Amino acid sequence: MNSRLHSALRVLPQYLGDHVLLSAAALALGIAISVPLLIAARRSAHVRWPVLAAASLIQTVPGIALLALFYPLLLGLSALTHRLVGWRLPALGFLPSLLALTLYSILPILRNGITAILNLDPAILQAARGVGMTSRQRLLRVELPLAAPMLMAGVRTSAVWVIGTATLATPVGQTSLGNYIFTGLQMQDWAWVLFGCGAAVALALATDQLLWLIELGLARRRPALAWLGLAVLLAGVGAAAVPLHAAQRGGYVVGAKTFSEQYILASLIARRIRATGHPVTERTGLGSSLAFEALAANELDVYVDYSGTLWHDVLHRNSRPSRHRMLRELRTSLRRRYGVELLGALGYENAYVLAMRRGEADALGIHTIAQLARAAPRLTLGADLEFFARPVWKALERRYGLHFRALRQYESTFMYHALMSREVDVIAAFSSDGRIAADHLMVLQDPLHVIPPYDAVLLLSPHRAHDPVLRRALEPLIGAIPIALMRRANYMVDRPRHKRSPRQAAEWLAHAAHLR
Amino acid sequence: MIALQGVSKSFDRGATYAVRDITLEVPAESFLALVGDSGSGKTTLLKTINRLIEPEAGEVFIDGEPAHATPAHGLRRRIGYVFQGIGLFPHMSIAENIGITPRLIGWPQEAIRARVEELIDLVSLPRAYLTRRPAELSGGQRQRVGIARALAARPSILLMDEPFGALDPVTREALGSECRRLHERMRLTTVMVTHDILEAVLLADRIVVMRHGRIVADGEPHALLCGHDDPAVRTLMDMPRRQAARVRALLEERGA
Repeated sequence: MNSRLHSALRVLPQYLGDHVLLSAAALALGIAISVPLLIAARRSAHVRWPVLAAASLIQTVPGIALLALFYPLLLGLSALTHRLVGWRLPALGFLPSLLALTLYSILPILRNGITAILNLDPAILQAARGVGMTSRQRLLRVELPLAAPMLMAGVRTSAVWVIGTATLATPVGQTSLGNYIFTGLQMQDWAWVLFGCGAAVALALATDQLLWLIELGLARRRPALAWLGLAVLLAGVGAAAVPLHAAQRGGYVVGAKTFSEQYILASLIARRIRATGHPVTERTGLGSSLAFEALAANELDVYVDYSGTLWHDVLHRNSRPSRHRMLRELRTSLRRRYGVELLGALGYENAYVLAMRRGEADALGIHTIAQLARAAPRLTLGADLEFFARPVWKALERRYGLHFRALRQYESTFMYHALMSREVDVIAAFSSDGRIAADHLMVLQDPLHVIPPYDAVLLLSPHRAHDPVLRRALEPLIGAIPIALMRRANYMVDRPRHKRSPRQAAEWLAHAAHLR
Repeated sequence: MIALQGVSKSFDRGATYAVRDITLEVPAESFLALVGDSGSGKTTLLKTINRLIEPEAGEVFIDGEPAHATPAHGLRRRIGYVFQGIGLFPHMSIAENIGITPRLIGWPQEAIRARVEELIDLVSLPRAYLTRRPAELSGGQRQRVGIARALAARPSILLMDEPFGALDPVTREALGSECRRLHERMRLTTVMVTHDILEAVLLADRIVVMRHGRIVADGEPHALLCGHDDPAVRTLMDMPRRQAARVRALLEERGA
């Protein structure tokens, strides 16, 4: 526990700093957009109505969806800028997060501001005209100062929303306090989840209090208070920017999707590159298809994917060749179509498998998927969030004639709990998962060979395809990791007690696989 | 001097007129009271003078120049205006409120400060009030500030829209007399809208009675008190007379 807290604190400056910078930039941009809109909308209902409607509409889009939608948009723009000016607009990380959060920040500011300006005392507005103010003077000397306290209240609401929602920036590759939450969720490390939530709440409360000080200063007409609040806020943002310079970004970027094995492998890869004396950044918690696109766009330099996933989701093939043929075709096709280099397979598979509690499987006499098909109408199948959308499920359903009583989706960690607590009877598990052995699960045979091979493979970005440092550091990993070792490393991180961090598991794996 | 020529204003595209074809001349240094029932158009007419309301037809001349020849805000800086709702700026101090028009015009700081102090004395408020906010003052004190603000940039014209409407009778009377005093002292051309005929009789040199957007009577208070062709005007002007008679009778009764 103590060491976990220690490791959580170790990354706090980076997570908090990035979170603060992202939120502050989004809020500043939000204010910069809202205030002119507010000024345009103050006199004209023709502007007011569509502006408020658009802002409200954006607010109803779930945060994570908004973040996810910006990614393909930016990817398209990135391709465009590359073609036009030879420079790629970064489509991952800061920019999509910033844009989504900025959109989110607009509504409270705009709505409060418009309400405040519309409710100003007409006698005062008329007096402003009567003493000879121009439209601009009325805005700057009367309307905005009088609306300021309520406008600030909107900024406060907005700030709290933005800080909370910024935790969702992690899956699009932007480091934030959400990294604690997403990593903790993956590794069932509730201390990390709580730590991330606590840090986000503390940040939101502190920001809210400082903004409240500004609001109070404006409402009571005590500029000193407002300046104090602003000064402390700016100092906080300034302090957040310091680690950014200190920690010198750049070097190699290692990616990882959102599960333990990916964290461990990213840590292992980073460790090996670092050993060559080059700086490394880890970008973990990436959405599954995001990772490949980011690699193809040179935003990642290296990560581990799985042959079946690439075959179906990237190359959109439906055939089912042998392990070796699939690897061979992947290598040539990925190189030709994306410039992505498939360096080699690590030596184990992380395939989808259908698994049951051993006792129940024995009792029902089910050892193969064909046998499962007969009992399926009485059983419930649980899977991760992606499985039911994958071609492998469609193929299983069709070839074996599977019809379950119900299908349930879980975040993959909870799926095993659901199986053990009998909420579901069958799960779509992963063959390299340590919990299969630990929970004594029965993995059902696939006699029709419907499930494609899922070899773990190292992928290099087009820019790094022939990078000698990367090749020298990573070639020893090829064929070096047998399934048993990967399962044990995964279980170290996933097990409910005596957990290890992915970094510790990666260290163990390096030793166990005789990688020096 | 203020001159209105055939001024009309409708708020419903010509279906009805708030002010209809008014021609009126207010000589320099005179004090004119506009009276009439609510809805008679007196406030609308007043607002056409400094273009708070733009007339649809007709023209307004200020000192011989057409009012629309200068930008509205420039015109308003030359014409003092006292509002019915007072309309002090709550986020500014009393000094900032009084000095607002000179500041908009761009007077030097020192001149503004001197003028503000002069005005607070003129409207009989202690100088200590200069740093206070409007919310800290009583209604009567606030309207004194309102008058000081209207006079700050040394206008030659003062427009007042029911300036004492919300005040208690004692304050109302005192402030009325002070206004008259300031009018004379600064040699202002004053137009005051009021529904209080007694106030009009006591303060103004000339009374204009309006009904349904038109002028129905126009004369010196004494002349109007002595009688008029229009029965409604007679009823209106009878009121102060009857009140005065009753007060006199009351005093004589006790005196006897």
